[in-house]
Amino acid sequence: MKLARDTWLIFQRQAQLLLRNPVWVFVGVFQPVMYLLLFAPLLKPALNAPTQAAAYKIFVPGLLVLLAIFGGLFQGFGLIAELRAGVIERSRVTPVSRLALLLGRSLRDVVSLIAQAVIITLLALLFDLRVFIGYLLLAYLMLALIALMTSAVSYGVALKVKSEDALAPLMNTVAQPVLLLSGILLPLTFAPGWLQGVARWNPFSWAVDGTRALFGGDLGNDKVWQGLAIITVLAVAGVVWAARQFARSVR
Amino acid sequence: MIETRGLRKSFRSRAGRETKTVDAVRGVNLDVAEGEIFGFLGPNGAGKTTTLRMLATLIEPDGGQATVAGADLRKDPAGVRRRIGYVPQGGSTWDESTAREELVLQARLYGISKADAQRRATRALDAFQLTEYADRKCKTYSGGQRRRVEIALGIIHEPKIVFLDEPTTGLDPQSRAHMWDEIRRLRTEGMTVFITTHYLDEADALCDRIAIMDHGEVVAEGTPAELKREISGEVVIVGLDAATTPHAAQLLDTEAYVTKLETADEGGLRLYVDDGAVAIPQVLRRLDHAGVELRSIELHRPSLDDVFLTKTGRSLRES
Repeated sequence: MKLARDTWLIFQRQAQLLLRNPVWVFVGVFQPVMYLLLFAPLLKPALNAPTQAAAYKIFVPGLLVLLAIFGGLFQGFGLIAELRAGVIERSRVTPVSRLALLLGRSLRDVVSLIAQAVIITLLALLFDLRVFIGYLLLAYLMLALIALMTSAVSYGVALKVKSEDALAPLMNTVAQPVLLLSGILLPLTFAPGWLQGVARWNPFSWAVDGTRALFGGDLGNDKVWQGLAIITVLAVAGVVWAARQFARSVR
Repeated sequence: MIETRGLRKSFRSRAGRETKTVDAVRGVNLDVAEGEIFGFLGPNGAGKTTTLRMLATLIEPDGGQATVAGADLRKDPAGVRRRIGYVPQGGSTWDESTAREELVLQARLYGISKADAQRRATRALDAFQLTEYADRKCKTYSGGQRRRVEIALGIIHEPKIVFLDEPTTGLDPQSRAHMWDEIRRLRTEGMTVFITTHYLDEADALCDRIAIMDHGEVVAEGTPAELKREISGEVVIVGLDAATTPHAAQLLDTEAYVTKLETADEGGLRLYVDDGAVAIPQVLRRLDHAGVELRSIELHRPSLDDVFLTKTGRSLRES
């Protein structure tokens, strides 16, 4: 009860600040839109897809997962600014729930991600992408869990390193291989065996496969529940770890 | 209100390849009474902020005990949090928020209902003369205004004790005087105020009691007047012609209130006394009676800097 109330307070505050400057939502969506407009048209011939719509069914889910990973991983920068302003310390002397300090922020990130995902999906509709709404919502759940995890981890790391200079290269170093090993831009079915083997250890690769299956209308595919299960476990682990960073004494 | 015994904290810092342990606070004992303004005076790096942050539950002590506002610091930090306010040194407001939003949020983080939080925010804005700017973003405020918002944030839940870390650092003289008035007002409202400062005049003018801290230890404690008296009492400087000086010295040397007498080479006397205000009329009477003509008389009260110098062997200004 107290956790829910505190989380709502932090969420409200963060959402209010975001809405005061909504340009960031659009800045975040700019890059994926560019991919959608300038890269995706290459896919039909490259993937040997029968139609443009079929190519989008493969590409758009990957793009959305990419958005969720990157959108989350870079949230830590905002937290470092808050640390510097003393806002975090001010919260930490109050009896507010430490978990709420994290959840309120991460849920704000999840909501803004879903808003971005909706923008991308609507644009993709213009390119003849068609997805059953129920499957789409399930795919959004996957995205929400990914964003929850990456933003929580980003906040946790931010509290540990406390400087933008350290956070930026760290996040890039993590994000780059994760990205390439998840078959986001092109499906890993084209990859040589060893690369596929390595990618099996990348949880995001499972998430991408699951999301693709959902967009393809293949709910019965094992990849769907496997992807959701893996990401759920990781999201819980990420939240628990990051919440402990909030609870721990910061010097 | 605050009682600490042997409070300790050390940090590990890394310089190059070597890690070394820095004893930031080495066993601090304090007793702060209800309703007083207690000052922690010392140079930067003396351990003032670290002690304050321990008492405010922000860092965990390595050893020792403390009771803050009736709650045990180590066993019940949540209880301490509910009863204290803390205003950090480096600010605590967010550029893009308004003072009113910050105050309402802070009150609500303490579990206060929305309606009550809004009422409290309005009242605090009024008390700190911030109503005019209440709905502007914090980044538009002056240093003094912003500091007042931060103090208002620290007391929005009406704590029993408020910790203010260097509340006037970086303020211009006028804002500083204004801030002193605000701090005195907190005391009249029944709050115990614990401040840290490295300004001697601030500790002297504002605090009921002071602890002087150096290298992680409390080296002296008492009221400003007690501390100053403790080192050398006060000095009455009597201006005399060289010719009359020996006679005057003879007259005054036997007086009971003079603890020590020094003769200046060019004439004149330095009398060490317990209380200058009491001694001066007696000196005047004695010399007048004996027909010794004096040119001037002046009272020198030792400053806290003298106290600091005596206790640590260094001047606060140079450390």
